[in-house]
Amino acid sequence: MSPFKEALDSNKFVVTCEIGPPKGVNLDKMRHHIELVKDRVDGINVTDNQSSVLRYPSVGGAIIVKEMGGEPILQMTCRDRNRIALQADLFFAYSRGITNVLCLTGDAVVVGDHKDAKGVFDLDSVQLLDTIHTISEGTDLAGNPLDGTPRFCKGAIVTPEARPLEPQLIKFEKKIEAGAEFIQTQAIYDLDNFRSFMDYARQFDVKILAGIVLLTGAGMAKFMNARVPGIFVPQSLIEELEGAPKGKALETGIRIAARMIRSIKEEKIADGVHVMAIGKEEVVPRILDLAGINSG
Amino acid sequence: MKTITQQKPLEEILESIARDTSVFIVGCGTCATLCRTGGIEEVVAMAEKLRDAGKIVTGTAVPPTGCDEVTGEIRHVLREPLAAADVVLVMSCAFGVQTAASQLKKPVAPALDTMFMGKEGPAGRYSEICMQCGQCVLSATGGICPVTVCHKGLLNGPCGGTNEGMCEVGNGRECAWTLIYKRLEAQGRLDSMRKYQPPKSHNATLRPGMIDLTHSREEAAKQ
Repeated sequence: MSPFKEALDSNKFVVTCEIGPPKGVNLDKMRHHIELVKDRVDGINVTDNQSSVLRYPSVGGAIIVKEMGGEPILQMTCRDRNRIALQADLFFAYSRGITNVLCLTGDAVVVGDHKDAKGVFDLDSVQLLDTIHTISEGTDLAGNPLDGTPRFCKGAIVTPEARPLEPQLIKFEKKIEAGAEFIQTQAIYDLDNFRSFMDYARQFDVKILAGIVLLTGAGMAKFMNARVPGIFVPQSLIEELEGAPKGKALETGIRIAARMIRSIKEEKIADGVHVMAIGKEEVVPRILDLAGINSG
Repeated sequence: MKTITQQKPLEEILESIARDTSVFIVGCGTCATLCRTGGIEEVVAMAEKLRDAGKIVTGTAVPPTGCDEVTGEIRHVLREPLAAADVVLVMSCAFGVQTAASQLKKPVAPALDTMFMGKEGPAGRYSEICMQCGQCVLSATGGICPVTVCHKGLLNGPCGGTNEGMCEVGNGRECAWTLIYKRLEAQGRLDSMRKYQPPKSHNATLRPGMIDLTHSREEAAKQ
């Protein structure tokens, strides 16, 4: 069983974060980020060509997390690979000690930096979960027996602020039926809304980690409200960021993230948190310090 | 359902016939006429543009259906202007271009790009309705096709890019799964959406598509 799976099953407050591989092959910054967080969290997600922008591969980043003594959670989207490539990469990941996988649909190609590329989507996220279940049972998707069976702890995402929410919840339930053991949510900022979602989600046998995306300023919050589907930053938080002294908005964002994590932990709103400090990974230890999270 | 076409930029058309001096233009009386990309008006306008660009237009024709076999009658009537042309510029879908290429025994150039099989909405706006996947799922999706209308062709519900009924790829595209949800909810059939849909078989429509309809699928399976 993976250390991350053990953490999920232990009923402790689980903390994960994410790192984004570089565009290119200079891995110094990614290694630095891994070094900063690897002993503070239960798992490190490695993003997969996030936002459809070409990067060093998630499986490569996950191997480096593993080599550095961290616990990788491999993000896999369905955008860039067909079912053969996805299964092959799962074999490869498993053979290198990577046993946690987060299954995602993947953003549309056109939102990224290779707009003329072909979006694959041979599988969707529910089918990818089912695929991992299938190969864990010893056969591939075509029903052929495997020589050596990989076993993964598999997860998925949900967007609790999606509008309309009901179709999203149907898919969420299908992900759980397909074998999702953990859910990392899209960013949540309104804890009352999130409590309502958790009141519903508690009925399912799945661990839920609340998505915490670091706000770096009021501009970012307003941008996400206007442009990023499924993200809602309440006006009170925007005002708090606007009220920050000049040059201190990031510090305010760090405090907001820490405060939310502390509330989620102390009020037992969710099973843990997934911290996304997009581009500012070096502040993750400080967020965790302020939130009273000691170590993974 | 019709084939939706869009005219290529004139520069690209001229580039494709750069070596040719004389041009015969063929339009289409069906889909390209309805799309206003290859009807009589567009063919006349194209002839004008080609003349302005220094080409000799030896003749034009807009057969009722550009993809149908070119009749002996057309070939006979148009024999001279066709013979005089270095190239046939075809203002129809790719089917019409290929028909012309195989039957007129002349080099051809397409003046249109074939976009998709679709329907016309508000004047001049077209949307795709079928990807010809060979495994119709419309009974489970309220008659709205997720393979086509969902940008990612997702079969098990919306992705996280859905927003107030719109798709993350933009340009006014609606989220297929929001539409499907609303319709199934109104029909009291949301259980269809809750059912797991397995991955599609891309072998069902092995490309290039070829099919023998002289036997039913049941008969073929028995053989």
